[in-house]
Amino acid sequence: MSHAQTKLSLHHLQWLLVSLALILLLHAEHLPLWVILGSVSLGITRFFIEKNHWRLPKMLLLLPVTLLAGLGIGLTFHGLFGRDASLALLVIMLSLKLMETKTLRDYVLIIIAGYFLTANVFLFSQSILISSFSILPLVFLTATLIQISYRHSPLDWQFSLKLAGKLLLQAIPVMLILFILFPRIPGPLWGIPSDSYSGMTGLSDSLSFGNLNQLIKNGSIAFRVEFKGKLPQQQQLYWRGPVLWHQEGRHWRMRNLPENNSLPIENLTTTGEATHYIITLEPHNRTWLLMLDMPTYAPQDAKISHDYQVISQTPVRNRMRFEGVSYLQYQLGAHQTLSAREQTMALKIETNENPRTLALAQLWQTSKLSAVEKVNAALHKFRNEPFIYTLSPPILGDNPVDDFLFNTKKGFCEHYASSFVYLMRAAGVPARIVTGYQGGELNPNGNYMIVRQSDAHAWAEVWLQNQGWVRVDPTAAVSPDRIEQGISNALPEADELPFMIRPNNTWFSTLYLQWDAVNNGWNQWVLGYNEQKQLSVLSQLLGKHYRTSDIVFWLIATISTVMLITTYFLLRTTRKKQDALQKIYDLYLKKLKKIGITPSTTETATELATRVSLLHPTQQRLTDEIAETYNALRFGKHYESQYWDKLKRLIQEFSRK
Amino acid sequence: MQKTIQSIIAATSQVILGKEQQIKLALACILARGHLLIEDQPGMGKTTLAHTLAQVLGLAFRRVQFTNDLLPTDVLGVSVYDAHISQFQFHAGPIFTNVLLADEINRATPKTQSALLEAMEEQQVTLDGKTYPLPNPFFVIATQNPKQHIGTFPLPESQLDRFLMRIEIGYPDYQSERLLLQTQNSTISAKPLHPCIDAATLLQMQQQISEIHVSEPLLDYLQALIQYSRNTYAVGLSPRAGLALKQCAQAWAAIHGRDYATPEDIQTVLSSVVEHRLASPSGEGQAQQIATQMLQSVAIA
Repeated sequence: MSHAQTKLSLHHLQWLLVSLALILLLHAEHLPLWVILGSVSLGITRFFIEKNHWRLPKMLLLLPVTLLAGLGIGLTFHGLFGRDASLALLVIMLSLKLMETKTLRDYVLIIIAGYFLTANVFLFSQSILISSFSILPLVFLTATLIQISYRHSPLDWQFSLKLAGKLLLQAIPVMLILFILFPRIPGPLWGIPSDSYSGMTGLSDSLSFGNLNQLIKNGSIAFRVEFKGKLPQQQQLYWRGPVLWHQEGRHWRMRNLPENNSLPIENLTTTGEATHYIITLEPHNRTWLLMLDMPTYAPQDAKISHDYQVISQTPVRNRMRFEGVSYLQYQLGAHQTLSAREQTMALKIETNENPRTLALAQLWQTSKLSAVEKVNAALHKFRNEPFIYTLSPPILGDNPVDDFLFNTKKGFCEHYASSFVYLMRAAGVPARIVTGYQGGELNPNGNYMIVRQSDAHAWAEVWLQNQGWVRVDPTAAVSPDRIEQGISNALPEADELPFMIRPNNTWFSTLYLQWDAVNNGWNQWVLGYNEQKQLSVLSQLLGKHYRTSDIVFWLIATISTVMLITTYFLLRTTRKKQDALQKIYDLYLKKLKKIGITPSTTETATELATRVSLLHPTQQRLTDEIAETYNALRFGKHYESQYWDKLKRLIQEFSRK
Repeated sequence: MQKTIQSIIAATSQVILGKEQQIKLALACILARGHLLIEDQPGMGKTTLAHTLAQVLGLAFRRVQFTNDLLPTDVLGVSVYDAHISQFQFHAGPIFTNVLLADEINRATPKTQSALLEAMEEQQVTLDGKTYPLPNPFFVIATQNPKQHIGTFPLPESQLDRFLMRIEIGYPDYQSERLLLQTQNSTISAKPLHPCIDAATLLQMQQQISEIHVSEPLLDYLQALIQYSRNTYAVGLSPRAGLALKQCAQAWAAIHGRDYATPEDIQTVLSSVVEHRLASPSGEGQAQQIATQMLQSVAIA
């Protein structure tokens, strides 16, 4: 019986099933319920088959079940490809494979697939928690490998777990070397299926009444910022995102100008000191990078648009870390006149609705108010009339701006910003909406700032003669708390907000901030360890600048050296003594391999000869003689030259046949 | 020597039909100066094998049927007061012989068993402060029924270790059994056997066997086997077991007319030499696998 065909016992099956159950647990949230239930019941069935010594199901039954399972995956995911579908397919097929798993070879196959499945979890999440949990299946899989390689009697479970842990610990130096030295490739090695990006949240390229509040209720992190030097004040933290020019009914959109027809960049004059900071942006599958008003520096592969959005060339699909330089005191386009095209774009509104707003604007126009006076009049209206800041505003009717400004008077930033811009444009003041984030929560544990989706905000910019584009935040007029203290303080208690951003529960939030500091470190040093960081770490470590090609060279050199040394130590004890006799005998073994007979190390020369003569009965005399002569030379007392010659002659004779 | 050995085997084979391998193993054990334990069901020819070997080798042969009321003195001998000469006179027991057949050794009480086993190890008997040397050659062929039989005292591992080999005889094959049924009336042969050698020749052969060449590569293999047993089983092979393995391999090589031992020799005797030393008393089924497992796991250097 060949080694790989050895049948394994219930004990080994239990180990395998426990490991697979852990993998299933790891992936539970990414799998459809029926796949989980199916896998669990297959595992249980396999267990009872082994326990009661039943027969394994026949191919006739397995084949239709396998096809059905594949069909099920296809129907659930509308296809067999893509990240989620492939994972589910792999899981259910592996569970089915259990039904024909009985030999050592099958076990090894499932264990290796198990390692692969465990690693797959990183396609879904790379958080500390998931990474730590994934160690558990790894330990158990390794322990199962240990168990099955010791087939004669069950090993103590503690022993095998300890040994597995020890083996994995021994792998850590190698892992660290590879982590530090392995060349980083921008983006994943292979294309990740597109459904990986579903479910990323962030700002969109349009604004309409009621779409931002969904984002505000989302407590997840948008980005983290480390400031170099002094922290800006809370009311200065306007993180600039998409600038919306285009109004269509209740929607505001970005304007996508073709590359060759883009507007000239607005002239920025800055005063005061620059603010330097580093942003770690969570992936949001859009191209914009968030920067403080006003950015003067675009990271690599990104550019600053004419209205000072920072746009990356590719959508942000991996956590991205970039440096930002902004001036908080600035004038934008102060000494310019608005071009005719900009003028048209910044004034265009649909005038077939909202008659009351248009009438108000008309009144301001006829009373010959200056632009500044118009702005102040609008802010005065917000401030002095009973406007309320709330995330659950009433639904607006057919004339949404009218309805908001004169009837409901309840809304949040997007209501204020869009109505304000509409009003300004109607009154002949060029204006635009800027969306982004406002504020942020300082984490004292890591000295960095957390900006959440709930900090999403919208404000306005109006163009004033000699001052250029000036930021006006109508929300601040209604609810100064929103700007000065953040969203959680601005809302009435009754408004629903994500648990995480409620400020009560202080011990919990302290704990949370500490945990986030750990996460931030993980993001920066483990997940954010990119080519740039790698090069800088190596330069710091080795005190010299290195290029990627150097790293590749050193990596190959290191790995080869380590492997050579390990091989030497491994082989040193069992290395065959390469003496003259072995050299001659090896010719014979080589010839045997050619005709399909693989000599085993535990086989004696005589046994080998018997095996050969079973397959080639005509050669029996020759093979017997070879074995005898070899034994005499290897184990006998006298090394007579005639024996040497005889062996050589016999092997030559054998090789010829 | 080869001729002598062949004639011994041939003579024994005439009585024990179709069991050449077992005869060779038993002979190898004797040539390697070891005690032999034969274990099998009743009626398999254990006693016959022992008796025949003793006869063929031309040795003095005594037989003791072990029972549970057998006392140590029944085996070793006893000092009796002689009124005529007014002192104790030692009456030698059946152990003072060349070959002692200890039939059904596991029926005796542990006290009697250990008295015998001590004598086996030291080749002498000590009674009332006086030491009496045993004849040379001296060896014990013990037979025992498998342990599960009622009314037995299983030998402890420490005493099993004193036996160089443990062999099983097994059922005869079809042809041999037919021949047995045709030619023999009872298990004890009627024909008197002529001894092939005498005690002095046997001693000389034993000497020659200890001079059989064991090469360095073979010792590597032997040590790898011992090391493997120590790493794998609860109790590994003792140095005495290693020595036993070497002696048996030498004897086996001599039986096959070689002046050097090869890995095959070790592999052939391994099962008989190690299994009774490694198998735990409860693991009856496991014993059969031990030698196979060792051979499949240890590479030949």
